[in-house]
Amino acid sequence: MSIKDHVIAIIADQAMLEPSDIKMDHTLEDVGIDSLGLVESIFAIEETFDISVPFNANDPQSSEFDISSIAAIIAAVEQLKAEQAS
Amino acid sequence: MNRVVITGAGTINPLGVDVPTTFAAMREGRCGIGALEIDDVDRLSIQIGGQIKGYDEAAHFNRQQISLYDRFTQFTLLAARQAIGQSGLTFSGELADLSGVVLGTSGGGLNTQDENYRAVYEAGKNRVHPFIVPKLMNNAAASHVSMEWNLRGPSFTVATACASSNHAMGQAFNMVRCGMAKVIVTGGSEAMLCFGGIKAWEGLRVMSRDACRPFSATRNGMVQGEGAGVYVFENYDHAMARGADILCEVIGFAMSSDASDIVMPSKQGAARAIAGAMKDARIDKGDVGYINAHGTGTAANDKTECAAVADVFGAHADQLMISSTKSMHGHLIGGTGAVELLACIMALRDGVVAPTIGYEEPDPECALDVVPNVARDAKVDVTLSNAFAFGGLNAVIALRKH
Repeated sequence: MSIKDHVIAIIADQAMLEPSDIKMDHTLEDVGIDSLGLVESIFAIEETFDISVPFNANDPQSSEFDISSIAAIIAAVEQLKAEQAS
Repeated sequence: MNRVVITGAGTINPLGVDVPTTFAAMREGRCGIGALEIDDVDRLSIQIGGQIKGYDEAAHFNRQQISLYDRFTQFTLLAARQAIGQSGLTFSGELADLSGVVLGTSGGGLNTQDENYRAVYEAGKNRVHPFIVPKLMNNAAASHVSMEWNLRGPSFTVATACASSNHAMGQAFNMVRCGMAKVIVTGGSEAMLCFGGIKAWEGLRVMSRDACRPFSATRNGMVQGEGAGVYVFENYDHAMARGADILCEVIGFAMSSDASDIVMPSKQGAARAIAGAMKDARIDKGDVGYINAHGTGTAANDKTECAAVADVFGAHADQLMISSTKSMHGHLIGGTGAVELLACIMALRDGVVAPTIGYEEPDPECALDVVPNVARDAKVDVTLSNAFAFGGLNAVIALRKH
């Protein structure tokens, strides 16, 4: 499974939706994930990819980890994996 | 001062998953103590407990809820659902603002702590699930009850070891009595049957390896249990006005502190709490027909408790019945008083006094009518329920038939 498919599976699981219902331009709000759901999703991403996500729940907007859309989250995870490999 | 009545009761404990099945087990003198089924039980020297067998959390709660509900919270919610359902109350508007939750627990989310200490120390993981703190905190159960049923008044959790539930119910009683609240959902819960929870108790050397036999000369210690008991304590006029089914009346409560030793009980401290509850209820000692004993099955508690009862009641001590249902469900620690109150309600409502099972041989230091082994039919108008905690904190509650 690609990073993209993994991330979509995690988001879908948290949102209790089918992966096919998750669109790249969706925001977390669009799929019904609240702040607690976001923290759980980040935990699941960290566990799945064995990475540390730079995210502060006190100030999500200014965190290095871009959560503005599903595409942005996938790109951020891909970057973290690439940094880990290098 | 307002009168206070109980209009709903719920439970899950080693004897049953609700009040009727628990009453049936108590009538039959059934034992809910057996071999523990937990991780690493082979490394424990104590391998028995009053465990709720066949419990499947996924049958009651969804995945999101389970990520937030420790086992002690789950037990609380299941019992609260029964109790509030029986009361027929729904909470909105002013009633919601005048209704709260006061629950006892000693260990709180101990399973959550145990599992996650294992993860970080034993398995060497560097990351834990984000909800460990809200899951393990002692007030999690009270908070989830308040959220589930929209109880917006005073809510908190009481932790006084083995007296937690009695202290909680005593607070609930006084809050309704003084008019601070119309309804308080109260009782307690404990889920301590995990490796760390039992290992700690082993250290005290007060645990039995085979059975809990309160008041018997052959007793050799206590046995831990788990579960919850939850009640709806309601203002009497409020309950009458809506035609509620009243299970019994709460008439008195007292607390005392031994102020002497962190583990050894004191006869004087226990006696002051028992006498205090009767004074608070404005009853005579001759009125009391049944006492649900603290009756842990340890050498120290049982003889001290019997001496305290003998001191307080004098000649009437030989006329009343006193039994320990811990012989059947084990010691539920912070939830124990809540489950044991059921035995008092059964005596008042059904005229059946729960037995002390496992009783083998009289102990001259426990020479009271402990209702050995077999339940007894009796007309009982007033009951007391004792709880005496480590730390010397005592709490006794008095109920009257309605």
